[in-house]
Amino acid sequence: MSEENTAQGPLPVVPFLKLPEGADPYIEGQKCGACGSIFLGERPVCSKCGERGQLAATKLANQGKLYVYSIVHRSFPGIEVPYISAIVDLDGGGTLKGNLIGVDPDPEKIQFGMPVEVVYKDALGRKDRDGNSYISYFFQPAA
Amino acid sequence: MTDAYVVGIDMIKFGRFPDRTVPDLGAEAALLALDDCGLKIQDMEALYCGNLGQAGGMVGQRILQEIGQTGIPVVNTANACATGATAFREGWMSIKAGVYDVVLAVGVEQMGKGLLGGAGGGTGIPKEGLLGSGTMPAVFAEAGQEHASKYGTTFEQFAKVSVKNHHHSTLNPKAMYQIETPLETVMNAEMIAYPNTKLMCSVNVDGSAAAVICSEKKARELGLMGRAVKVSASVLTSDPWQERDLVMPDVNSCTRLASAKAFEMAGIGASDVNLVELHDCFATAEILHYENLGLCADGEAGKMIDSGDSALGGRCPVNVSGGLLSKGHPLGATGIANIYEVSTHLRGEAGKRQVEGAKVGMTHVIGLGSACAIHVLEKVTA
Repeated sequence: MSEENTAQGPLPVVPFLKLPEGADPYIEGQKCGACGSIFLGERPVCSKCGERGQLAATKLANQGKLYVYSIVHRSFPGIEVPYISAIVDLDGGGTLKGNLIGVDPDPEKIQFGMPVEVVYKDALGRKDRDGNSYISYFFQPAA
Repeated sequence: MTDAYVVGIDMIKFGRFPDRTVPDLGAEAALLALDDCGLKIQDMEALYCGNLGQAGGMVGQRILQEIGQTGIPVVNTANACATGATAFREGWMSIKAGVYDVVLAVGVEQMGKGLLGGAGGGTGIPKEGLLGSGTMPAVFAEAGQEHASKYGTTFEQFAKVSVKNHHHSTLNPKAMYQIETPLETVMNAEMIAYPNTKLMCSVNVDGSAAAVICSEKKARELGLMGRAVKVSASVLTSDPWQERDLVMPDVNSCTRLASAKAFEMAGIGASDVNLVELHDCFATAEILHYENLGLCADGEAGKMIDSGDSALGGRCPVNVSGGLLSKGHPLGATGIANIYEVSTHLRGEAGKRQVEGAKVGMTHVIGLGSACAIHVLEKVTA
């Protein structure tokens, strides 16, 4: 629980969420130079085509379309429900899973294929054992 | 290459046995399977044991410590929910390869209650409910929603799977539950992860099942061909690359790959199959597998459940045991328990739930992550 740690500012919830100093957060993909597949997180080998050393970082779009979702009413103890678990295809490639916010957790209000945008906010107040806070990504209906 | 036959097979009635041990549950099924064909542990040349919860715990050897330490080789397998089927398949391979003539396969699991799965992991903060959900009901809800998005499949159609399988289980004394659940009851049950309500989630139970697998020569020698069931295909696949793999475990492409190989190996088509025990871990999953296994055309699974084609008495009855939804889903035992179910029908011994005239049956399991195992079983026509 050191104060030095909390003073360093929020950390990214996953390594592929980038928080560049003085610029907007973004999701970083790794694109295979041989077959064009996009992955999340750094890796040495492409699992689609098997090429080695061809993966390069690429900035993924903050716009996408809702592919599928589930409205979660029962989760593990301490996890606030309901929430919408969503899988989003980003424009230009890459697929992300996260919470869909800014819409009622009601199937009548959610359409497959609806345009959404990726937004970056505090990770629901969750902190690690050292007291660090985190920045997460969320989806919300596109304005 | 010899043909391989199931000559002895059985399962315990699934339930909750917190006071028993995993080897004890496995030993019970092993003895039942041996008794089913009148053989002894001394007749077995190898043991293939599937268990997930104690994957590092030498469960197969501990079973032999309960029923007979004969010094035979033991292979312990873990392959998520395909664990039991993987153990069975290892035994089948040893017979096909001509290494052994008669082997024992056991699947066993002791489960707690509650949710399986959970999103994310590693360092930092919990990701569940932050980066979506990794709980199994939600993961399989999302898989079902892909079908809903493509073909307009409804919450009601998914729920009907559960109505059907719970109905089937009322005819199966070895199922965990024997309770009718009408459509309103299923749809109005506690919502776990839309569109899966509590009654659309498989039941976590303890259970075990075991099979004695035999070469043709040995089965004839022992006079066991009368009730033998031919294993005409055994296939195991992993998940081929798919574009959404990283965030959406894929149960479809590994099943499609496995079913195509299984039909080829057995030399039959989907229309030849008289009954199927498939991996209905959630009601949404069963709908997907009608199409993945070729039981109906793509986009027709909603119609298949509506028409009653997959119910007992229908064109191709699915999960007449009650399925994972009501018979229960002890992870490591499931793959052998569904081989027991199909074998029992092919032997004409399934009582009130007998699929009349069943000659060919298929079993299917999915281990998320992913593994798919399919077996095609055939009645022996002597």
